[in-house]
Amino acid sequence: MTPTTHSEIERNAVASAASTVAVAMSGGVDSSTVAAILRERGVPVIGLTMQLWNHRRLPELMGSGPRQHRCCSLDDVYDARRVAEHLSIPYYVVNFEREFEQTVVRPFVEDYLAGRTPIPCTHCNNDVKFEQLLATARQIGAERIATGHYARVRKNPVTGRFELLRAVDDSKDQSYFLFGLTQEQLSRTEFPLGELTKQEVREIARRLAVPVAEKPESQEICFVPTGNYARFIESYLGEQGTEGGAVLAEPGEIVSISGEVVGRHNGLHNFTVGQRKGLGFAAGRPFYVLALERGSNRVVVGEDAELRRATCEVRDVNWIPCAAPDGPVRAHVRIRNRHEPAEAQITSLDATTARVTFDEPQRAITPGQAAVFYSGDLVLGGGWIAA
Amino acid sequence: MRVYLDYNATTPVAPAVLEAMLPFLGDNFGNAGSVHTPGQRARAAVDNARESVAALIGAKPSEIVFTSGGTEADNLALFGSVAASTKPQKHVITTAIEHHAILHTCEELERLGIDVTIVPVSQSDASRGVVDPEDIRRALRPETILISVMHANNELGVIQPVEEIGRIAAETGVRFHCDAVQSAGKVPLDVDRLGVDLLSISAHKFCGPKGVGALYVRSGTPLAPRFFGGHAERDRRPGTENVPGIVGIGKAAELARGLLAEDSARIGALRDRLESALLERVPNARVNGDRAHRVPNTTNISFPGAGGEALLISLDLQGIACSTGAACSSGSTEPSHVLLAAGLCRDDARSSLRFSLGRPTTPEEIDYAISVIPSVVARIRALSPREPHTAAVG
Repeated sequence: MTPTTHSEIERNAVASAASTVAVAMSGGVDSSTVAAILRERGVPVIGLTMQLWNHRRLPELMGSGPRQHRCCSLDDVYDARRVAEHLSIPYYVVNFEREFEQTVVRPFVEDYLAGRTPIPCTHCNNDVKFEQLLATARQIGAERIATGHYARVRKNPVTGRFELLRAVDDSKDQSYFLFGLTQEQLSRTEFPLGELTKQEVREIARRLAVPVAEKPESQEICFVPTGNYARFIESYLGEQGTEGGAVLAEPGEIVSISGEVVGRHNGLHNFTVGQRKGLGFAAGRPFYVLALERGSNRVVVGEDAELRRATCEVRDVNWIPCAAPDGPVRAHVRIRNRHEPAEAQITSLDATTARVTFDEPQRAITPGQAAVFYSGDLVLGGGWIAA
Repeated sequence: MRVYLDYNATTPVAPAVLEAMLPFLGDNFGNAGSVHTPGQRARAAVDNARESVAALIGAKPSEIVFTSGGTEADNLALFGSVAASTKPQKHVITTAIEHHAILHTCEELERLGIDVTIVPVSQSDASRGVVDPEDIRRALRPETILISVMHANNELGVIQPVEEIGRIAAETGVRFHCDAVQSAGKVPLDVDRLGVDLLSISAHKFCGPKGVGALYVRSGTPLAPRFFGGHAERDRRPGTENVPGIVGIGKAAELARGLLAEDSARIGALRDRLESALLERVPNARVNGDRAHRVPNTTNISFPGAGGEALLISLDLQGIACSTGAACSSGSTEPSHVLLAAGLCRDDARSSLRFSLGRPTTPEEIDYAISVIPSVVARIRALSPREPHTAAVG
């Protein structure tokens, strides 16, 4: 047997403690700082990095330029491992490529093909990070997980329910992407950065000498590092062939609201509601995408004013601090990330469906995006905007 | 307690091996190719090591080619045989459970236009993971230039019927390579008895250092070099000799030869104790592979309903190091190609762990493993709602 070193004793002590927290480590500054903060507080920590996507699969998307930021790239795993080593915490890469493809990538592609504009990060939170990763964390002896999200979670002592709140730093708030978390998920989750500003996080990272303290932030969707969704979808469909059962991206007509054909398009997946540029035909005045019609495979275009709508239906609604309310509820509703929440009335149609009626019509209410309901800092719930 | 049960991935360097190597990292730094006294000292050490390695496998010293390890030995055997063959059409036969050092090399051979036949292994309970020599015979063609079959499988520990395949190779005049990386130092090896023309070994699997291995090349076997740039290793593997490493593999081979009988009896008893205790205490646990034909140090066990990744991490957090497959496949999403080839379903393959014991393994370590593993499996099973506990089959 090899001699037991001090760090090994520590690691074993960590493993045996009941209150161990698994930190989802992406290799970025936020989640690295979470691990450092918990470690400094004396919380037993296990670092876990999710391997979600194999970038070797679609080599044509890799690009030949300088290092591009990619989630799950070897660089990020390297960074996360370096941080874990620096903090002397046990660290593992866990593979969720299958689950990620099934619950995030495939629905992402199908949403675009169906004329919706998806939010893969939310699906990943709901179905992978706070589901599969949490399950693995519990299997390996950590009853809770902590992530680098800017949001807050607390237990309401009166109702006994767990509540989700906006981050203190409004410019970093990520509560919009977390509306789908269940009570069970929230009860086992910690967001240590929710009370901090990004500036404070960087300062803590520097003070604790976290190796990635100066690393730039990632902005793109992790499995589409170039930001070119259309190319990703085409490559993915090409890889899957017809066996995957995915619908092929088909060319079709661009029509005005009155049904007049004004041009051709090369697949609905190239468009997003509200989009102006890239319509591929010359128009005398600005035209915007109003709707993407899956059935007729048509892109409907019109003027800016025609983009505004006062209502939308929302499905798979998750209510957080309460069960689905019987009567109408007043709230501020955010219909996309960074959208300024607008006042609206929410009427439950059933336990998981609701109608949102805005006081003022909103521009480009986009199917596939989330409508998230706020009351002040409190996230009441949210759901997916239906077509 | 820290318990290392992953000796098939690698082993610690034996103290006597380290001691033998150290002078060659210090004062005795000579180049074995030099004419002067320091060079001659290095040359003598390399020659001694060559004799020890040859003795471990029943070969002549001149038949040993030192390499950077098992992977290079395998690559040299395959590429070197193909390049040395004068046949216009070339065909190679191997099996579905080879190490990637063979299978990925065969994929490269296919890209270069060489035909490769991959022979399956038995999926029946009694002989799971064993290749049928008659399948090798049936795969033979006039253009077959090489058969490559491993001796002991790294994941299952199952020993292949190499002698019978050697006889088929001899009858038909086809060259025969054997990847013996996982059997050297664990079971007796004799190249004449096995009937092989080429055989790969790696030092770090038997308490030698990493970065050194050897390819046995039977006298008269044509083999083209893959490296060029000098005359080392009789032109078959040019490059300044890794003298400390070669001294290390030599000492490790000498130790292994001396300790083999004692080691395998003791380690085999510990392995059997671990295996039977786990089968007894973990419901539905199953041993994978033909138990009658195995190296004494390896057991591969499925724990249906518990994911291998969670098992591996949980055990590591409790101080127990084991593996879900080959170390080279860590982090891979695909279940082990060996377990699938041996007929396991994907879920069972994903719930399998390999425990491999070594010379330093103690009874206390095995007791500790037996005390920890059943409760870890139970916890993971209890927290795996999405992977329902499947009933045992067979």
